[in-house]
Amino acid sequence: MNVLNIIFAYIVFPGFLFTAVIGLFITWIDRKVTARVQMRVGPPWFQPYADFLKLLLKETMIPEGSSKLLFLLGPLLGLVAMSIFSVMLFSMNFNPQGSFVGDVIVMVYLLALPPIGIIIGGSASKNPLASVGASREMTQYFAYELPFLFAVAIVILKAGGSIKFGDIIIAQQSTGPFLYSVSGVIAAIVILLSIQAKLSFVPFDIPEAEQEIMAGPYIEYSGVALAIFKVSRAMMFFILPLFLISILWGGFASWWAVLKFLLIVVLIVLIKNTNPRLRIDQSLKFFWVGLGTLSIIGLILAFNNL
Amino acid sequence: MANAKLWGLKKSPWVFHVAAASCNNCDIEILDVLTPRWDVERFGIVLVGSPRHADALLITGVLNRKSLPRVLRVYEQTPKPCLVIGVGTCTVHTHMFEPSYNVVGPYDKHIPVDVYIPGCPPKPEAIIIGVVKALQRL
Repeated sequence: MNVLNIIFAYIVFPGFLFTAVIGLFITWIDRKVTARVQMRVGPPWFQPYADFLKLLLKETMIPEGSSKLLFLLGPLLGLVAMSIFSVMLFSMNFNPQGSFVGDVIVMVYLLALPPIGIIIGGSASKNPLASVGASREMTQYFAYELPFLFAVAIVILKAGGSIKFGDIIIAQQSTGPFLYSVSGVIAAIVILLSIQAKLSFVPFDIPEAEQEIMAGPYIEYSGVALAIFKVSRAMMFFILPLFLISILWGGFASWWAVLKFLLIVVLIVLIKNTNPRLRIDQSLKFFWVGLGTLSIIGLILAFNNL
Repeated sequence: MANAKLWGLKKSPWVFHVAAASCNNCDIEILDVLTPRWDVERFGIVLVGSPRHADALLITGVLNRKSLPRVLRVYEQTPKPCLVIGVGTCTVHTHMFEPSYNVVGPYDKHIPVDVYIPGCPPKPEAIIIGVVKALQRL
């Protein structure tokens, strides 16, 4: 692998460009399904691309008195993290025995970067609503990260204690997907709801609650910076279901994965459309008490090979 | 490049709702336009909560001494290029509030308005046609 190949992998396929194009298409699926649930027609297929193009060519404003560096660093952090994450995910799925060492711990940390970017950007905005949004984002992050880590621990236990991503996929190829067991189902439920919170979709869209604090951390962003936030969100929407498939449902190196992927996306959108928003304390309680207990039960079951 | 810019703007105008001391009827009609019955998301129109995200400002109400600085502030906060659409007869002229001491005159004197939608209040269909005409003017 020479340098050119590596640059190509990070920028074009399967890194930034590929993930962004597919991810924007997934956001169209989200909007279209939402529209059909509300008995509307919904936007045309090119809508997310038009939004993105328009935002790229608009004026970017930086609020007076805010830290320019931190304000612009916020959106970039999530974008870079998601590009690296998608490269790791794809190379591990299509070449699990390769020399590319990617372990689950690194991937969990890369998933933590987009919320940190949002918190940095929101705090640097010098806007009270953005500060409230950033503090809620922080609480929300601590809420869902605990059950999410337990669920990842279930997967690691079932893979025989190996944290190498390739080993997890190879273990599933030999013994069947981890999903087909009690602890696997528990891990899947916990990770699915954590994905919902990571994407801040409706039961957990507390950080950017449209009716309370407008757009939360994004309120001062315009033009290119907002476009980068939107596109890194779209990339997350593409990558997180793939992450779920690859750690629990046998990897995505076959055409069946497309169906699995669409099933998970539609499930996420339906959860989004049929639930009211929680308060931040309710969300914390739900994740720590409810899902935390559930994932600890799953952990005990995984110890006993159930 | 200019064509791409125009296409993007025409296909995804995000609107911000500026209620500059209106009697609320125009505001209610604007909310009607955004309901599933008229479904303006077909044209990419989305209501946003912050003027920083907006491409079009839907302004309602007669301009007075209190609301003028706020409207100007919101207009300055909106990234350019942006459209300004006056909804309701109050924005065209000063309606029946003409003799009031508090009224500072029609919008034209203070900010560039692209399209006026007359009516008291205008019907949702009229608002959609108004936004379409504003987009055609680009």
